[in-house]
Amino acid sequence: MADFPANLRYSVEHEWIDDASPATVGVTSHAVEALGDVVYLELPEVGATVEAGTVIGEIESTKSVSELFSPVSGTVVEVNQAAIDDPALVNSEPFGAGWLFKVDVTGEGQLLSAEEYAQHAG
Amino acid sequence: MTTTKSPLHAEHVALGAHLTEFGGWDMPLRYSSDIAEHRAVREAAGLFDLSHMGGVSITGPEAGAFLDHALVGNLSALREMRARYTMICADDGGVLDDLIVYHNAPGEYFLVSNAANADTVLVALLERAAGFDVAVRDVSAGQALIAVQGPRAEEILREVLTEDPEISGGTALDDLRYYACLGMRFGDESVLVARTGYTGEDGFEVWVDVPHAVPLWRAFLAAGEPHGLVPAGLSARDSLRLEAGMPLYGHELDTTTTPFDAGMGRIVKLDKTHDDGTPVEFVGRAALAARRESAPARVLVGLRGTGRRPARAGYAVVQPDADGAPGPQVGTVTSGAPSPTLGHPVAMAYVTPEVSAEGTELAVDVRGRAEPFVVVPLPFYRRADA
Repeated sequence: MADFPANLRYSVEHEWIDDASPATVGVTSHAVEALGDVVYLELPEVGATVEAGTVIGEIESTKSVSELFSPVSGTVVEVNQAAIDDPALVNSEPFGAGWLFKVDVTGEGQLLSAEEYAQHAG
Repeated sequence: MTTTKSPLHAEHVALGAHLTEFGGWDMPLRYSSDIAEHRAVREAAGLFDLSHMGGVSITGPEAGAFLDHALVGNLSALREMRARYTMICADDGGVLDDLIVYHNAPGEYFLVSNAANADTVLVALLERAAGFDVAVRDVSAGQALIAVQGPRAEEILREVLTEDPEISGGTALDDLRYYACLGMRFGDESVLVARTGYTGEDGFEVWVDVPHAVPLWRAFLAAGEPHGLVPAGLSARDSLRLEAGMPLYGHELDTTTTPFDAGMGRIVKLDKTHDDGTPVEFVGRAALAARRESAPARVLVGLRGTGRRPARAGYAVVQPDADGAPGPQVGTVTSGAPSPTLGHPVAMAYVTPEVSAEGTELAVDVRGRAEPFVVVPLPFYRRADA
């Protein structure tokens, strides 16, 4: 079973979120391994309102297109332009330089601990 | 659904492969990064397990005449130790499968089909064999197929296999041309080596009896590693063949498509004859002859994306609209991906003839947005020394 950073929380749709304010959101290493090489990111715009559990963008790999879900509700305050320009960052550092966006959190969806997420990811 | 496992399945698992169902088989999609595997094949070499491909042996005094009747090509004219790309069509000219046929020895041919079509092809061949002095046998289960592809493939092959005039079939590796084959030795075992592939690079496909498949796979990996060889999965195979403009059955080819629609009319030998000079009424001939004379309803073209988003199979090709919205549909994408070699999206699509000219600006409806594409000649990629 894979190890996931214990300081993060996770959605069942394979996004992670940290506990900073604003909070940073990304996709997990488990999601990235299933996707393959990421080639395109469609992210919400700064100022957009997102709702937990709803589709807020797309993550496209060489072979497939997947929807991105927001793990929390709130307002997007920053998107990772470096990852948009070089989506391979999401593969190489999904928990670091490959983060997706930052959000002022007003509400949370269902979030899992690292241990719970590891079980979910199987 | 139960899937068949390759004789190399345990090797793939040990290498950490991401497996996928393909044509009823459980095969490696990728081992690490599909882009890295793609680049390795373009720059050094890749090792592919193709054991899912169907294999049929055709033997007997009328083997050549039978293949002339059953397939669109002129296989009786195929010289020994040569291979040919051909197709098997239905009566209406629709493509049942695209194939490679090897002529191994007098009265001995070997035919390779796509995994998903292996049963269809075998059944059609058995039906069409009625009245011919020929034996048609499915030999898929006894053989593994391993491909070494890339600019370093020949060096690697030479380290693993040895030449033996006793089994070579009269050719030396030095003289082995594209679509030619020879017998070689792997230790004491004999294998069939063909200079064929599906990547747009130089390379070889090697048929080996199942008991020797694992040792041969390991020998290629070990010999190839210093040359930059990596194991490569179906994902890289698909992006490589797309860059090389090669059709994939189920995408560019299907039963509603004739070889002419796919731009492959040259492989249909309408003029092939029996020994006495009379025309061969091969299966699908009448429909294909009519199709050759009629104006095509659609044309297979290459599309280069000028934006960043790749088109995918099934997406609509549309007229570009001034406001960036998708306009009227003029075609359908059959294959599409970001091209790792070229750095922009590439796609193949069937479009109406009016918009098929090189340089025509079109768009693809990518989930509601019109992404710009332009018609370009195929292939997208051609290796420097080809």
